[in-house]
Amino acid sequence: MSTDISWLIGGPQGSGVESAANIFSKACASMGYHIFGKREFYSNIKGEHSYFTVRVSDSIIRSNVDNVTLMVAFDAETIFRHYSEIIQNGAIIYDSDLVQTSADEVHTIDAPYKSRLAKHLGPKPTIQNALDFAKNNGAKLYPISFKTILSNMADETNNPRIKGMARMYNVLGVSVSLGILKMPPKTLLDAIGSIFAKKQAIADLNKNAATYSYNYATAKFPDFAFTLNPTSKSQNTILVQGYQGTALGKMACGCRFQPYYPITPASDESVFLESNEIVNVKDDRPGSTIVVQTEDEISAIGMTIGGALTGTRSATCTSGPGFSLMAEALGWAGINEVPIVVTLYQRSGPSTGLPTRHGQDDLLFAIHAGHGEFPKIVYASGDVEESFYDTARCFNYSEQYQLPVIHMMDKFLASSVVTCKRFDVDKIKINRGKLLEKLEPGANYKRFAFTDDNLSPRSKLGLENGIFWNTGDESDEAGHITEDPEMRIKMMDKRQSKLDYVLKTIPDDEQAVSFGIEEISIISWGSPKGPILDAIDLLKKENIKIGFIQVKLLHPFPKDRLGYLFKNVKTIIDVESNHVGQLGELIKQNLQRTPNYYILKYTGRTMTSTEIYDSIKNIIANKAKARQVLTHGA
Amino acid sequence: MELKLGDYKTEVHNDWCPGCGDFGIVNAIQMSLAEMQIPRHKAAIFSGIGCSGKTSHFINVNGVHTLHGRVLTFAQGAKLTNPDLTVIAAGGDGDGLGIGAGHFVAAGRRNLDLTYIIFNNGVYGLTKGQASPTLKLGEKTKSLPSPNTNYSVNPIGLAIASGFTFVARSYAYDVRHLKDTITAAVKHKGLSFIDVLQPCPTYNDINTRDWYAGMDEVTKVTKPRIYKLNETDYDPVVHYDEENELNQKLTQALIKSLEWGDKIPIGIFYKNEIISQYDKRITDKIPNYLENPPASQTISENGNPSTDISEILNSLSV
Repeated sequence: MSTDISWLIGGPQGSGVESAANIFSKACASMGYHIFGKREFYSNIKGEHSYFTVRVSDSIIRSNVDNVTLMVAFDAETIFRHYSEIIQNGAIIYDSDLVQTSADEVHTIDAPYKSRLAKHLGPKPTIQNALDFAKNNGAKLYPISFKTILSNMADETNNPRIKGMARMYNVLGVSVSLGILKMPPKTLLDAIGSIFAKKQAIADLNKNAATYSYNYATAKFPDFAFTLNPTSKSQNTILVQGYQGTALGKMACGCRFQPYYPITPASDESVFLESNEIVNVKDDRPGSTIVVQTEDEISAIGMTIGGALTGTRSATCTSGPGFSLMAEALGWAGINEVPIVVTLYQRSGPSTGLPTRHGQDDLLFAIHAGHGEFPKIVYASGDVEESFYDTARCFNYSEQYQLPVIHMMDKFLASSVVTCKRFDVDKIKINRGKLLEKLEPGANYKRFAFTDDNLSPRSKLGLENGIFWNTGDESDEAGHITEDPEMRIKMMDKRQSKLDYVLKTIPDDEQAVSFGIEEISIISWGSPKGPILDAIDLLKKENIKIGFIQVKLLHPFPKDRLGYLFKNVKTIIDVESNHVGQLGELIKQNLQRTPNYYILKYTGRTMTSTEIYDSIKNIIANKAKARQVLTHGA
Repeated sequence: MELKLGDYKTEVHNDWCPGCGDFGIVNAIQMSLAEMQIPRHKAAIFSGIGCSGKTSHFINVNGVHTLHGRVLTFAQGAKLTNPDLTVIAAGGDGDGLGIGAGHFVAAGRRNLDLTYIIFNNGVYGLTKGQASPTLKLGEKTKSLPSPNTNYSVNPIGLAIASGFTFVARSYAYDVRHLKDTITAAVKHKGLSFIDVLQPCPTYNDINTRDWYAGMDEVTKVTKPRIYKLNETDYDPVVHYDEENELNQKLTQALIKSLEWGDKIPIGIFYKNEIISQYDKRITDKIPNYLENPPASQTISENGNPSTDISEILNSLSV
């Protein structure tokens, strides 16, 4: 029988939910399982409800599901938020001291949710009510006193300090879970060892606690219906945090300069780059990535452009609010044909919006960002593995076509933890376009010289005989200001022609990927890819065939490629994490077709495959409205 | 081959107003570059927006005419990735102290080895004479509908407070002094700032050339207002790494920067080479940064990546 379980751990922000999830994921991955984890959290440092869902399967998975197999709750709020998600024969591991807690006592639960709870569980709901509900649904209840475990452990090991170590609850939670799931204890201990590799004393303490609670759980709760035995392990697998895809892509393809301003969910990428700022280079001395924390995002993109002018592959990384500030400089890079990459980890807007939550709100904004008309590329990745290779593509595009590239990522991708094939650097090619390395004296170099393909040889600051000028004004071939009407036409035509050239020269399967075309086909972009593919797989088992086209190049819009792919499609379903259906707007504009159905989500929570599966079933059963809005997720 | 002053001049048509102080500044930059014999390809002039923004087009070295207020961001990006460049940033007072004030302060904190010149004329010339951040409270220049309602920013004081390690003032019509100041600023190890008093003959009818010369009809002063700090016993240099020394030099510079009216000092207000430059702060983390900066690094060979990320990938392996 195949294994596919969903494990959820929740607690107040700052209580170690994330490290617990990392240990759990690492342990499961090392047994050969595929992992898909995601983190949800408030815009808060300590106290608000945060949780991590890790799906574990012996076949490939690309998304989370709605239901939870096993939940660990350190606090009352986790139970109040998730009690209804537990499947039949699933279980809740909870702190037995919490049973009498009422929702009113949990001050972090907001009023709207309290009133929904009261509707569902009756007035003045308590943890007992929530647990009863789960039990009636067939879930098992595994009460544990975390306090007593620590206290017993302290007595047995003669180490009274342990008694008060509430921060160890997370490791207890993981260990009890793995005990209940009957995973070999060595895997757990190895995972703890690797997570705390740099802190030997802490690792030892946690290993002791893990062994103790693991044994406790196997003895006390031996009857759980689901187990995690070692499974066949595929070679070359890595367990990777979402933001590491673009970060490692940048390192591998030679990005050596990244100014940034802190913003969720983008900063993790920059911090990772800085943590690994010295890079190994084959047969050469080490290189380095200069990561600068700037005073704002305007400075970040200004510095990025300055770096690109010296011939350095340069990028910045931001989210919506920061990207808004970058719009003016983007136009400067456009008119001066400067290759920069802006990695845009979208979140839910507008304004501050839902600052730690997911969204795909910024597609149309990215396409139109900046005043005036100038060419740029907007390119979107659909999953973490893809984002590694796409990062290298984005740098190549930026240098080949000499323009800014906006690489669309999002919070879903940034804060997921997944297993995937080890990134293969050999699959990356580096194309620096018409970058000059040398010029002879008397070359009479002109930065914006007219050429047959409208791309001028590109000098860099510091190159001998290659002095050049840039200006945000319209310029002549040398880069000096001009307001001459004829020169204006020539220069505008030169730059704008790149958009056609991009469509002509970027290979079809880099523009849009077809996962099969059927009478009913989905169109989407970015992170819904995973949930969509998993939903399609589920439907396939019921002999329902659904096509799927993932658009990666969003600007310039690949209308020929998509027109061809959708030629015989009768029903188009547009799936996106926004309110407008922004890709749908582009389809209307460019293909003169209106998507027949929209599946949209803008709660700030990520899509699950369950939701997409259900929505498509509605469509097939002719029960769906043209616009289905998804709601799952606390 | 020796580079001559003419080698640093372009043939681009200059459309500044006759009598504009900007001419003196461009000349002084060109003279200074010639004096230092900086190879043309190794120098880069970054400029902001406004009349002063055109500066980069008149100088025959790399010229990057950037965005309003953002000149320092572009300039720092270039210097960080190619530390071998001699970088001079130039811009107006509105550009650097109004819309760009945040970058001004942040640049001071970094202390990169580059020079920033502000063309300080008290007005936004290219948009027809609105008040700039340096115009004094209550002054009404020619095209203002009513007297200025804002207190003026003190460029020297702000530079000192922000961490610039070379802070000077010069005067656009004293080209020799300005040239010497620019040369000293470029040679300074760290971030240097020059506040250049630059009369706008079209829109600033208060701080005119005559006014600076002490020959204006308004105040009846008959002596030049401007005097040189190096002709007094003023010593701007922080000589040793001691709190008292530092505080004394900072305080005297701040007090000196408040002199205005009948007597206006020009020259070096403050100079401190004891505070670490930004590149030192980088080499503390990345020892070979200066020998192998981003702009010189090999990133590919025959189209294949040269970077080896296998160690990190190994650590992620399961």
